[in-house]
Amino acid sequence: MAGFLIKRFLQAVFVVFVVTLTVSYAIRFTGDPALMLAQGAGSVTEEDLVRIREGLGLNQPFLAQYFDFIKGLFTLDFGRSFLGGTPVSQLIASALPATMLLAFASLIVSIAISIPLGIRAAVARGKWADQTIRILSLIGLSFPNFWLAIMLVLLFSIVLKWLPPSGMDGFASFIMPALTMGIILTATNVRLVRTAMLETLQSQYIMVARAKGLSESKVLYKHALRNCAIPLITYFGLQFGGLLGGIVVVELVFNWPGMGTLAFDAVASRDYPVLQAVITVLSLMIVFVNLLVDIAYGLVDPRIRTE
Amino acid sequence: MTVDTPAPLLAVEKLSVAFNGNPVVEDLSFTVTPGRTLAIVGESGSGKSVTSLSIMRLADMMGGQFPTGRILFFGKDGEIDLTAAPQKTMRAIRGKEIAMIFQEPMTSLNPVFTIGDQVAEVLMLHEKMTKAEALAETRRLLDMVRLPDSAELIGRYPHQLSGGMRQRVMIAMALACRPKLLIADEPTTALDVTIQAQILTIIRDLQKELGMAVIFITHDMGVVAEMADDVVVMWKGRKVEEGPVGEIFTAPKHPYTQTLLSAVPKLGSMAGEEFPKRLPLTVMVDGEPKRVGDVHIQRTARYETAPILSVRDLVTRFDVRKNLFGKATHRVHAIENVSFDIFPGETLALVGESGSGKSTIGRTIQQLQAATSGEILFGGLPVSAMSYAERQRLKQEIQYIFQDPFASLDPRKTVGFSIAEPIRTHGLILGEKDIEKRVHELLERVGLTAAHAKRYPHEFSGGQRQRVCIARALASRPKLIIADEALSALDVSIQAQIINLFMELQEQEGLAYLFISHDMAVVERMSHRVAVLYLGQVMEFGSRAQVFETPSHPYTRRLLSAVPVAEPRKGRERAMLEGEIPSPIRRVGNEPAVLPRKEIAPGHFVAMDA
Repeated sequence: MAGFLIKRFLQAVFVVFVVTLTVSYAIRFTGDPALMLAQGAGSVTEEDLVRIREGLGLNQPFLAQYFDFIKGLFTLDFGRSFLGGTPVSQLIASALPATMLLAFASLIVSIAISIPLGIRAAVARGKWADQTIRILSLIGLSFPNFWLAIMLVLLFSIVLKWLPPSGMDGFASFIMPALTMGIILTATNVRLVRTAMLETLQSQYIMVARAKGLSESKVLYKHALRNCAIPLITYFGLQFGGLLGGIVVVELVFNWPGMGTLAFDAVASRDYPVLQAVITVLSLMIVFVNLLVDIAYGLVDPRIRTE
Repeated sequence: MTVDTPAPLLAVEKLSVAFNGNPVVEDLSFTVTPGRTLAIVGESGSGKSVTSLSIMRLADMMGGQFPTGRILFFGKDGEIDLTAAPQKTMRAIRGKEIAMIFQEPMTSLNPVFTIGDQVAEVLMLHEKMTKAEALAETRRLLDMVRLPDSAELIGRYPHQLSGGMRQRVMIAMALACRPKLLIADEPTTALDVTIQAQILTIIRDLQKELGMAVIFITHDMGVVAEMADDVVVMWKGRKVEEGPVGEIFTAPKHPYTQTLLSAVPKLGSMAGEEFPKRLPLTVMVDGEPKRVGDVHIQRTARYETAPILSVRDLVTRFDVRKNLFGKATHRVHAIENVSFDIFPGETLALVGESGSGKSTIGRTIQQLQAATSGEILFGGLPVSAMSYAERQRLKQEIQYIFQDPFASLDPRKTVGFSIAEPIRTHGLILGEKDIEKRVHELLERVGLTAAHAKRYPHEFSGGQRQRVCIARALASRPKLIIADEALSALDVSIQAQIINLFMELQEQEGLAYLFISHDMAVVERMSHRVAVLYLGQVMEFGSRAQVFETPSHPYTRRLLSAVPVAEPRKGRERAMLEGEIPSPIRRVGNEPAVLPRKEIAPGHFVAMDA
């Protein structure tokens, strides 16, 4: 186990290094932050720009700037935003919980809905319940997330006036962003649960469980579900990266003050420190979730545990 | 009805079972009495398993319906018709009054729960025990099926147990609530013979102890002879014959029973014969028995010529477990110092149980597995020193036939295409017309017709598919065919036909066979010489007569005595064989001793225990 964790830690370090290096390097091709900052000031001379760049440390060679950033990581000091000079760690500290709330809430809601529905579809394979669930899931899959978000706003905020259209202000404002993410996740997860379940239900040990006289709910939720866990956990883990990607879009539509909005603003204003920090945190989270997935394998499947 | 006829426990009356309106079992009637064993015998598709699942009403979950008939069960609540019972009633009967053991011990236990949890679950459900009580009872049950160290075992997971041990856990689980009826559906088919003998003894002993009735479903006439009091023979969903076991074997009335019995290779039936022998067969043609073929002595081996294949001191090991730094800690010692020659026209059999290394030898010869040391010579040339062209020729002249004919044919290609493939690959025949002619000729050689070339594998039965595989093997004009359990998945009547086909082709083409099998009776019928393998080493090697008639190594004797013989009352009082088959996995550095061999008669070698 110790060997496994060490291996995983080294992998995480490598991933963060490659991702941040690529992103930091690439963003420097998109434009000059000094020019962006100076735009509001009317006439700008070349000296003004040089001064701004010096102030931001942009006159240093790229590798030196990157090295400074890495050095900061060790003390959790992400530097200051180019805009306004707020410490980046403060920006992250306020945006991260908002994103996490959205990500985990939609993931959990989706799992809670898709497991019973997927099992129901698998058990009733080919019957009307299965067909209905599959058609609904196909419809869910066909929505682009931004379109779905806009439609929800149209319906609940503009026509019905039940929910606020944007911002983060209490539970009501949370419903639509979570619903958007949840619907799309659930649509895929239902199909996944159904497929995993269909395969498991063919197993001999399911027949044995029934031959013991166990009730169908025990057979399905105790004996079968645990065995579906490996493919499901794998997929939920993989999904997490895509989930974060989807959240950026949904956050923008709902003006949700999370990491997505932060990243978008940072790209728009060439705010290097903020962008680097956001990317670092997000890639760490993906690595961390995948580590959890690997640990979860061992918890649900004794065959992996004893390896 | 006479006075001393005991009241039945279960009476199946005119039962039919249908799936999607297609009848699978029709008009089936039989009774089961307490304390007795009823064997239901039949080949694949006979409806025997569907019958057992119908009694349990598990057939419902697969879409089974019961258009006619009743299944009367005389349980603790009096007479009840199981076909009409709601599932709620059935759940109280299943596992409590009627229990079942299934064919595949490897997949019958849920991999994610401990042994203790799985057995205790039944007790908590039906006997309303607490978890602690149930676990204590579980330990008693595990002792009852003679599993060692039950205290530790209840915390283990299925994958940590061998197939034989898992099947004992299944038996413990089935018997947990002392059921009145035990249904055993091919419980030993997937097990090695020595383990099979242990399991059969346990079932028989516990039946006596608990006084329960047993329905034993099997295709193996040897097992029937060993276990049954009464027999029901099923064919194509119907009962064709029933009676006490002695009568079925000595005076079978229905033609199908007769063909079935004539097809079963009986261990010891070749005593006194110098060569393998083709025997005439009774086959069912349109419901009528027909005798085909005649006695033919297989004097085909040409020992005076140079061997076609020689294996010298072959060792094959592979790493299975590695430490953190990727260094091997455990190795499978699959083959340890094996040597033999195969001559043209000869059948050399490799027999042994799981882990004996018999399949690895075949794979190593085919270059599918790298040898650790030793030499393989083909046509006098060492394989390791062969040029590319010579290797290609080796691939052409040695062909392989596997156990599962379905898995070895491409489902998306016609069988004609599959058979033509080796001809094209090796450029044996040029010109599409001639290739097609050859494919048709090959299909006819293996007992199919030219018209079959256009069909796909799923349109064939298991036996026909194996014929297609043989045709494909013949297509490249091989000199040696490695048949790895090629007959094991086939029904006995089909198996008997394929055995004859193998021998016929050997005579016509001068083929040599390396025949890898666990079935001693089939090996006795087919082979010229036999090597008995145990943990990767040859324990005994000699002519068929030497090995089968004067078995000289204790392991050979043990293997032979474990085979159930298809004659009732013979060998029932056999001594119990204890113990598991040891694993060929060893720690690095812990090398097995290579046993020296002694020639006790010309050509008869026996390993001497160090």
